[in-house]
Amino acid sequence: MKAAAFAYHRPDAVDEAVALLAEYGDDAKVLAGGQSLVPMLAMRLTHFDNLVDISRIGELVGIDLRDNAVRIGAATPHSFVGMDDEVAESAPLLTLATPYIGHFQIRTRGTLGGAIAHADPAAEYAAVALALDAQMEAVSPRGTRDIPANEFFTGLWENAMASDEILTAVRFPVWGARSGFAVEEFARRHGDFAIAGAAVAVQLDEGARVSRCGIGLLGLGSTPLRGSPAEDAVVGRAVGDITADEVGRLAISALNEIPADLQGSAAYRAKVGATMVARAWESATAEASNA
Amino acid sequence: MHEWPVKVSVNGQPTEATVEPRLTLADYLRERCGLTGTHLGCEHGACGACTVLVDGQALRSCLMFAVQADGCEVTTVEGVASEDGELAPVQAALRECHGLQCGFCTPGFVMSITALLRDNPTPSDEEIREGLSGNFCRCTGYQGIINAVHRAAEMQA
Repeated sequence: MKAAAFAYHRPDAVDEAVALLAEYGDDAKVLAGGQSLVPMLAMRLTHFDNLVDISRIGELVGIDLRDNAVRIGAATPHSFVGMDDEVAESAPLLTLATPYIGHFQIRTRGTLGGAIAHADPAAEYAAVALALDAQMEAVSPRGTRDIPANEFFTGLWENAMASDEILTAVRFPVWGARSGFAVEEFARRHGDFAIAGAAVAVQLDEGARVSRCGIGLLGLGSTPLRGSPAEDAVVGRAVGDITADEVGRLAISALNEIPADLQGSAAYRAKVGATMVARAWESATAEASNA
Repeated sequence: MHEWPVKVSVNGQPTEATVEPRLTLADYLRERCGLTGTHLGCEHGACGACTVLVDGQALRSCLMFAVQADGCEVTTVEGVASEDGELAPVQAALRECHGLQCGFCTPGFVMSITALLRDNPTPSDEEIREGLSGNFCRCTGYQGIINAVHRAAEMQA
């Protein structure tokens, strides 16, 4: 189908974009890569009178390392993120997650900020942001503020930003030397939304005890989620005493709104989710132990 | 709604029009430029039939509005063969290896394979399957298509 008519705005700078959002309020939506928004417009699942295209705002594209974090501009395409050497070195969980996002013809257009702001429960970068404790930078007419990843995802396709705020960048903290990272997901066909998946980051101390652990879950709720019970259970323990099955089981133990659809029941998704966490835990701890 | 002027270079030819913002790049190419080689299957980014190159990057032209392509270089399936009509290696290989049946999906595959081989001139079977997983062939002639990618890689070596 074709999208219903809308007015198009192409601001050259963030402050112009924010002014447009402030002017039109809930009648406006930010258009970045359009790989989620345009299908929804085409199927007429949603409509906005005004689209504010931020994809050509130069200050929103780029990757740099500062203050021990990888800062990625919101309009940076997935394909840039996936190929970037600095990201692979300093926030490898992003590099590992990128190939799971759609197909290469989607990753050329889709943007990191768009994927995170869209807040789909199966969004890989959102799960990575949760696992790494990323900070979202949001700009509005009232100024700039940081929103921790833990507070960003508020509901299905809903985030903590006001209607006149734009996500301008995401800062992914660089984890310590003895760290390991892994992403596992299961989908019926490659490139589809995951039935369930996990992004795991783990850091060990000198004595091979877990000093830090972040587990992002995909497709297991109405938002991207953390496997907090598993994170809490492993920190401080010797990595050799922890089984992957235990981590998987705990990671999904507090979930209470696992979706059920034609692809699988809630019980099935929970089981797949636990398995994905367990597999990612095994890879991440093996890497951290050898680091 | 307010219309926008756009200038798009299509297969090296400058084009110009005033468009409604909701007009997709795919419809611009088909209806305004008369280039009906770019096919529309699903119109929501699932099937890959409308794949074109924009500034060299393969993307789905049904998920980009024509206004967003203002000032860009677009290559469609009509721009792949040489000017005298000789098929490009990707097209010749698809014909040789029976990589098409009804042909509806073929323009999208030609563009995806063109981008794939440019970035990775000697892909493995797995890399080809991964690279083409975003293009559907409802005749399900995938084996011939994969063989054609290997053949095109040989021809371009």
